[in-house]
Formats: sequence, structure tokens, C-alpha cells
Amino acid sequence: MRQQLDYVLRTVEERGVRFVRLWFTDVLGFLKSFAITPAELESALEEGMTFDGSSIQGYSRVQESDMLAVPDPNTFEIVPWRGDDAPVARMFCDIQNLSGEPFDGDPRYVLKRNLDRARDKGFTFYTSPDMEFFYFRSAESPEPLDHAGFFDLTHGDMVSDLRKQTILMLEAMGIPVEYSFHELGPSQHEIDLRYTDALTMADNVMTFRLIVKQVAQSQGVYATFMPKPIQGAFGSGMHTHLSLFEGDVNAFHDPGDPYGLSQVGKHFIAGLLRHAGEITAVTNQWINSYKRLIIGYEAPTYVCWARNNESALVRVPIPKRGKESSTRIEFRSPDPACNPYLAFSVMLAAGLKGIEEGYDLPPEATNNIYEMTPEERHAEGIGSLPQSLAEALEIMESSELVAETLGEHVFEYFIKNKRKEWSEYTAYVTPFELDRYLGTL
Amino acid sequence: MEPLLVFPDPPPPLLAQTLDLAGHPWKAVSNAAVAAQSEPTDGWAGAVVCAEDDTEAAFGICRSLRKRDATVAPTLLLISGAQLGELELREDLFDDFCLSPFHPKELEARLRHLFWRNGKGTRPEIVEYGNLVLNLETYQAALGRKPLDLTYMEYELLKFFATHPVKVFTRAQLLSRVWGYEYYGGARTVDVHVRRLRAKLGEEHANLIQTVRSVGYRFGQARLPGSRSESTEPVDDA
Repeated sequence: MRQQLDYVLRTVEERGVRFVRLWFTDVLGFLKSFAITPAELESALEEGMTFDGSSIQGYSRVQESDMLAVPDPNTFEIVPWRGDDAPVARMFCDIQNLSGEPFDGDPRYVLKRNLDRARDKGFTFYTSPDMEFFYFRSAESPEPLDHAGFFDLTHGDMVSDLRKQTILMLEAMGIPVEYSFHELGPSQHEIDLRYTDALTMADNVMTFRLIVKQVAQSQGVYATFMPKPIQGAFGSGMHTHLSLFEGDVNAFHDPGDPYGLSQVGKHFIAGLLRHAGEITAVTNQWINSYKRLIIGYEAPTYVCWARNNESALVRVPIPKRGKESSTRIEFRSPDPACNPYLAFSVMLAAGLKGIEEGYDLPPEATNNIYEMTPEERHAEGIGSLPQSLAEALEIMESSELVAETLGEHVFEYFIKNKRKEWSEYTAYVTPFELDRYLGTL
Repeated sequence: MEPLLVFPDPPPPLLAQTLDLAGHPWKAVSNAAVAAQSEPTDGWAGAVVCAEDDTEAAFGICRSLRKRDATVAPTLLLISGAQLGELELREDLFDDFCLSPFHPKELEARLRHLFWRNGKGTRPEIVEYGNLVLNLETYQAALGRKPLDLTYMEYELLKFFATHPVKVFTRAQLLSRVWGYEYYGGARTVDVHVRRLRAKLGEEHANLIQTVRSVGYRFGQARLPGSRSESTEPVDDA
């Protein structure tokens, strides 16, 4: 530990870093940041920095509002976008109460707590999300970049420049990527983050969202992770590939099984399926999230699994020959506007529950789920994902699994905050209603 | 920094205290067999042998350190004024001596000087491989003139690779030698960090770290170009 601190202090000195940004995440998944000078760094690393938590979503407490942000020296990185003359560095923080106890409302702590549970069972949890997002001309309206005449750059130049810069910056921050260009939605893109342990990945998702937005802004455009910005077009998902390892053995893999899946893998999927409804409010936390989870846009709507069905909730990709150990499952409902710490926590918890209880894996879904009548689906035991935030919250509220996973503090805050959002929404008269009703009723 | 070998076990309290204050890690040994057993992987940084109580045993240790293929250097002998005659014909067994009772500052100065002469210690330790340069003193790594922005563990892994070029290491070896403790990442951590390092080294230098299929990783060029079972392709297990 001492050596890590030395490394950070020495690097700050050698590189002439002027400011160190301390990053943490509120309960809703927004990145929070404050800067300290190198002079404050040593004591920040050793004792933490006191800050007022009352203005942070989900941190407020009646009794006390002061808390400590303790930087994690493992996450120290020079931030590449400020130029070399006055480099800026960042570190993710763990939040503690003044007494030095981890703060229950800190999403990073929630994830750490759940990873510890997995580790007690001998598992390391790896995730690899596919991040989808849109570029628009501004935050004012979802206007794609595809229209010609935008500044003096053509669309193609602009996009390839955005892409190049984003990838270079991600790699400079130690986030290796695979890029795939999307034509499904206008101006929609997908960048796949290569797998790593879930804690680092949650940090990476936070960094990723910032970098994508910053690069876009530097080119005078706007990037958004809103799940469904354009009606009638594909939404943005965060399909997340999950795997558990025991040591360096892939716990999901069994060469003798026709699906290549071990019992552990099957129980894990069964856990995800059985608790899918309960965790959806966390993986899809906005009212708009549910505009994406509809039929016809490759987003999952039914709770089922399949090997090669883009609409199944859980997909088991067939590993390439010779790469059998890359057996993993893909959970397709989350969207990129989730809080990654909490989303990874509930996915892990649902899967682990399946392993603990030895849930049986239902049969693979056939391709014609959409043609089945509701009765037929019911007979096959195929349920639906919640269709609105309100429904998702209702299911979550009675879930012991989610309460336990998030901890009382986050669980209560989350429900309260989201209920408020929903009640504001219900009071809103939408363009849909005006279009449809004003002229006829 | 590797520890100094110290004889006898336990060493005189003032010696232990002086070494601690000067920031030298050390390990006490009672005889040559223990010295061989408890030798760190990268060898002893040097030796401080106190001959006051048992002169014969002390010279025995010195001799055993000199006899090996890779001699332990430097060796500093602590000896009382009455024993000075014993040094005759044993000049080859030590690099310097210090009269005991010693002054802590003198012992420290002699050690520093010995290390300097042996190319260890106070001069910045620089590891170079091609145009990759690591300054072990300041924890800075650079490719050509361009500094690399690394996290602590990325730096530690690169340092390990650069100081052990060409050898092939398994993931388990890297995990125990570089991380040395249980980590959130588990065994796959090595792959993840190699990938991150490659990304930061950039396309041109990414193949400095080579994947040796179904074994592990190797840094730098193999001695036998064209040998089988090697690949510069990153193996993607995800």
C-alpha cells in the first residue's frame, strides 16, 4: 500500500501534475468530481478528504452530511485530454463516514461488498459491456449528424475523427476497446469494452461515458446515453457479457455439455431469469428506459434465454473453436444510462442466487416467441420484463434479493427517488395524448 | 530493493537499528545453509557480517558468499580493533570493513559508498529495453522521449517484464511475483493488465509483450527467432 502511495506521489511530482481530480459516483450513476492540489494529495491518500455529502444524490443523511472521500491509488491515471503542459490526474474514491467506516450509500462500496460475497465462494466476476450511444448536433433535440452541411466537415470525416479520438483516449486511459459501427439507428455507435473484473469495469464505464461526451463536445457535437432518444429507431443498450472464474478456470464452461455450459453457468442464467423482473428497475432506471424495451428493436422483452436470438434476455454466445474458455453469457436488458456499480451488483447477485439455490435452467426459447399467444407463452413459463418504471419499482420493492444486494440505504433512496420521478411523469400531458385526443375527444 | 544479508542472527541491536534507519531492508542468517535457503529470488543486495563474537563462523559465511557462481557483493565486515590481525590473508573475503564499536553514520556512509561502487543504490536505477526506459527511482516509464501514463500495477508489471526479458512466465508466476496478494481481479488480472499495457504502449510497441500460447507471456524478443508455439497475437479470451 505504501508503495502505491509513493508511486502516486512521485508521479505527480515528476510529471508536474497541477490538479488531481477525485471522482466518485452518486446513487443514480452520475460522476461527481472535485479537484485537489498536489499539496493536499498525501493527506488525502492517507486520511481522505472531507466533503459535504448533502448535495449528492442518495448520499444525504439527516444527522450528518460530512463524509470522507478516500482516493483508491490503484485507479490513479493521468487524464489525457488536458495537454501535457499542465497534466491533470484522476483517482476514484471510496466514500467513508467520518468514523472511517465505508458509507452504505456509496455505489462503489455496494459493488465491492457483492464482489466479496462472490469471492467468498471462490468466484471472480468479470464483465464486458457493449456500450451504445448516439451523436446528435446538440443536447436540445435528437438531430442526427447525418444531415449534410454541418460546419465544413462532411459527416464521414466528422464521425471517423470522433471515433479515432475517442478510441485513442480510451486506450490512453487503460480501457482497451473493440469498436463496431452501427447502422441500425442514425448516428448510433457501439464501443465494446474488453472484459475485466467488475469493479474496474464499473470505473471504466464511468470514465467511458465522460470521455465519449468530452470528445463529442470538443468537436461541437453532443453524445448521449439516453436509452431511447428517437421514437421509431433502435435504442441504446448496454448488453453485458458476464463470466465467473474460479482461479483461472472459467466456471461457466463445460466441454462435455452441448451448450458448452457448466452447471454453475446454467444455475447462474436461471438466477438471472428468475430475478430479472426484480432487478430491472436498477438495470433500466429511467422512464425512458422502458421505451427501449419494446418489441421490434432487438431489445429484450421476454424473460427467456437462447443461443442465437437477439431478442432473448439472456444470450449464450457460441464460443469460437479453440476459445472454449471464453464461454460467457450476455445479459441484454441493461441500458448505458444505468449506474454500472449497482447494475453489476444486481446481475451478480441474481446469478449467485441461482447457484446457491440450484435453480433449474428452463429450456432454450424457440425462435417464434413473438408469434406465440400470451397463453402459449404462459404455458411455456415465459414471462415479460416490466413494461414501465412503475411496474419495475413495484416488483423491486418486494424483492429481498435487491434489498439485500443494494443495502437498506441505497434501496430506500432509490425507490423513493424513482417513485417521485414516476409521479412527476404521470402528471405530464404528453404530445401523444394531445395528438390523439385533442382533436377527437 | 532486495534485502541485505546480515550475520549473526540476531544481529547486534545497534546494527539492526542503523540499517532500519538508513532504509536498508535486511534479513539475519545464522549460517551459510540458512543464507542459501532464504536468499531472495533476485539475490542478496549485499552482506553485513559481524565478526566480533564468532570470527571463524563470520569468515565462513564470507567465504561461502564468495564461492558461489554469482558472488554476493558488496560484503562489509564489522570487526573489533583487537581482531584486526585476523584480516591478514583474508582480503579477498570482503569488500570493506568497519571498526566495531562502529559509528552509525560511518557504517551508513561505507555502505552507501560500497553500493555506489557496485552500481547499486544511490544512482538512479535505469532499466532500458530498446527505446523503453524505466527509472526505478522515480517510477517513470517512457517510450523514446514520450512518458507513459501508467497505473501502479501496470508500472509494476512492466518493470517486472523489463527486468526479466525473454523469459516466459505463466500467469500464476506473474500473479505471485508482481501482485503477490489476492486481488479483486483474480487470475485473469494478468491478461487484463497485459492488454492495458499493450494499449498504452501503442500499436507499434504492443508486441513487446508476447503471448506464448497456452503458457503465458514473454517480454521482448526470443533468443531463437522462428521457434514454434509463439505468437505476437493478443489472445482474446473474452
